[in-house]
Amino acid sequence: MADVIKTAAIEGMVCPVPLRHAEKIVQGHGSGGKLMQDLIAKTFLAAWDNPILSAGNDAGVIPTQGVARLAISTDAHVVSPLFFPGGDIGRLAVCGTVNDVAMLGAQPLYLTVSFILEEGLDLSTLERVVASMHAAATEAGVQIVAGDTKVVGRGMADGLYISTTGVGLLPEGTAIHGAAAQPGDGVIISGSLGDHGIAVLSARGELGFETELASDVAPLNGLISEMLGASQGIHVLRDPTRGGLATTLNEIVRQSKVGIILKEGTLPIKPAVDAACELLGFDPLYIANEGKLVAVVSREDSSRVLEAMRSHEYGKEAAIIGEVVAEPTGRVLMETLIGSHRVVDVLMGELLPRIC
Amino acid sequence: MKYVAEFRDAELVKRSAQQIRREVTRPWTLMEICGGQTHAILRYGIDELLPTEIELVHGPGCPVCVTPLEQIDKALALASLPNVIFASYGDMLRVPGSGRDLFSVRAAGGDVRVVYSPLDAVTMARENPDTEVVFFAIGFETTAPANAMSVYQAATLGLKNFSVLVSHVRVPPAMHAILGGEHNRVQGFLAAGHVCAVMGYWEYPPIAEQYRTPIAVTGFEPLDLLRGVLDAVRLLEAGVVKVVNSYGRAVTYEGNRPAQELIKKVFLECDRKWRGIGNIPMSGWGLRPEYAQFDAERRFDVSAIRSEESPICVAGQILQGQLKPPQCPAFGTLCTPQHPLGATMVSSEGACAAYFHYNKAALLSEVSNG
Repeated sequence: MADVIKTAAIEGMVCPVPLRHAEKIVQGHGSGGKLMQDLIAKTFLAAWDNPILSAGNDAGVIPTQGVARLAISTDAHVVSPLFFPGGDIGRLAVCGTVNDVAMLGAQPLYLTVSFILEEGLDLSTLERVVASMHAAATEAGVQIVAGDTKVVGRGMADGLYISTTGVGLLPEGTAIHGAAAQPGDGVIISGSLGDHGIAVLSARGELGFETELASDVAPLNGLISEMLGASQGIHVLRDPTRGGLATTLNEIVRQSKVGIILKEGTLPIKPAVDAACELLGFDPLYIANEGKLVAVVSREDSSRVLEAMRSHEYGKEAAIIGEVVAEPTGRVLMETLIGSHRVVDVLMGELLPRIC
Repeated sequence: MKYVAEFRDAELVKRSAQQIRREVTRPWTLMEICGGQTHAILRYGIDELLPTEIELVHGPGCPVCVTPLEQIDKALALASLPNVIFASYGDMLRVPGSGRDLFSVRAAGGDVRVVYSPLDAVTMARENPDTEVVFFAIGFETTAPANAMSVYQAATLGLKNFSVLVSHVRVPPAMHAILGGEHNRVQGFLAAGHVCAVMGYWEYPPIAEQYRTPIAVTGFEPLDLLRGVLDAVRLLEAGVVKVVNSYGRAVTYEGNRPAQELIKKVFLECDRKWRGIGNIPMSGWGLRPEYAQFDAERRFDVSAIRSEESPICVAGQILQGQLKPPQCPAFGTLCTPQHPLGATMVSSEGACAAYFHYNKAALLSEVSNG
């Protein structure tokens, strides 16, 4: 910076007590951002802590007596509206969990499903969701092997909620996880950012304008198989869902104790997403994706992995967007188009549109 | 994006910064009024490109930041009422009142809804005739026309269940307050381009004249901002006091006349408290008596709510350009966007939030280097 700013000494000034939202759940606790991270650390991990959970990855890895380890992940799905351009809650519930298992390099095999249905839901709606889940499971090559259904009173749920748990096999020797990024690695995104979040917002009809965007919701285990076939140098895989790419990259730099520098011009963002964000005061880096992954890959293998990704349906627009650096540890920086740098922080609470 | 990307062109931006470096001979302190400009400056690193002679200080132009505690507390009281839908611009949900925010009210059962336009709140009132809909009409001259339109439409439609909690503020009185202040450091202004797109800039020449301070009406993209800085520096270096329009593609001298007329039809100038600054005479807009039936403060009897701010908060000094966010001892440690101590850290346009999001690493390294 041009003018060096010194911090003042701490004396005499005390600010009003901040709002910690420590007593009641607010929407921000489900945003994928800092409030949710705090909830996980202080409420869930504090009660259940064990090495499998505290590894902090998309799926837990379970040692077994046999030849391979198990990767297990679970996810609850709520979305309004239930059907949106490019997908629906059923496809989301299958893909979300399949992707979390696949992000460790495991092969997803089985899913269990539990439904919470609201009294009065049209059976035809449920049938459409179930058919969509079958199609997504078939595409991903997984079987749904157990299920449960509960019905709650009218007004107690928003149509239907779906929880899925996924199990996959993790081959011996595979060590893809959030703490494995190394300085010099390339950072690759599999395609355009923010399509899902803006498509769902637009489908709610609240924006006052319409877009032709479709959600990117898709199972990514096929894409990952191609990538793993092309290289042994894949260190981290993550799907930047809630909280967007910015929040996911911040998790990686913290777990791996490295930094990441992104290059502004390289981020693939569709014009419609860019324009919607510009109008609403959102940043595409914080918008949810449901069919994208970010890969951290050794420098020498980056272009080979990129090529493998681009040859797959769900990686056609893949791009190298930055690199892992040793310093500053725990920070994601963006090199702007004009050559300056800014910090890319985690999403704080709920994503809010700006006033003007 | 067309018509935006051109104004972020790296080569042109660098050339524009070089031009400023060539022309500046002395130190100058400029204030950008608008929080949107503060964010653009930090987001694109414009401050890194400017010569050391030029210091940019950040003005009070963040509507979320300056909305007084008292109005927030009234909003919280209204949103907590049964049979009320409280509609607000998204940013306002996070602003702390005395002990609570609108998120807390929503979690406790209040019906708080985010709208993108005040006209959505009017639609809400039409669709829920048995429920009271209250819209939180805040902002500068930029949001005033749409907010006025919501009241005008509600009147035309004869809606009985729509009202507004008004907390409008205006830029020119704030400029008077800053320039006439005892500790003023501002030598030149970058006026807020979007405000001027609505209001024109006919209100500014008397201000420039009275305080011998040149003003450049300035836009929001990197090239626009640098153009505004260059024009202001040229005026300062030449010792010329006047108002120039550096944002000609959006702003005219007269501004948007129909919008101004609509504002005048619905609103009346009034005194307004600014959070962190205090009362500024005739610095706001309130509803005209003929629209008093749409005044939520009357309809729900919350006008008696009085709230006093902590006298030791530094947000006021930041909003007046006397301090920069990192000079606050709580900045980035006790006070973060997640746990804001003051409104300037809350809003996406607040100066503290801008510093926190875009510049923290640079600040941290400077602090550690001494």
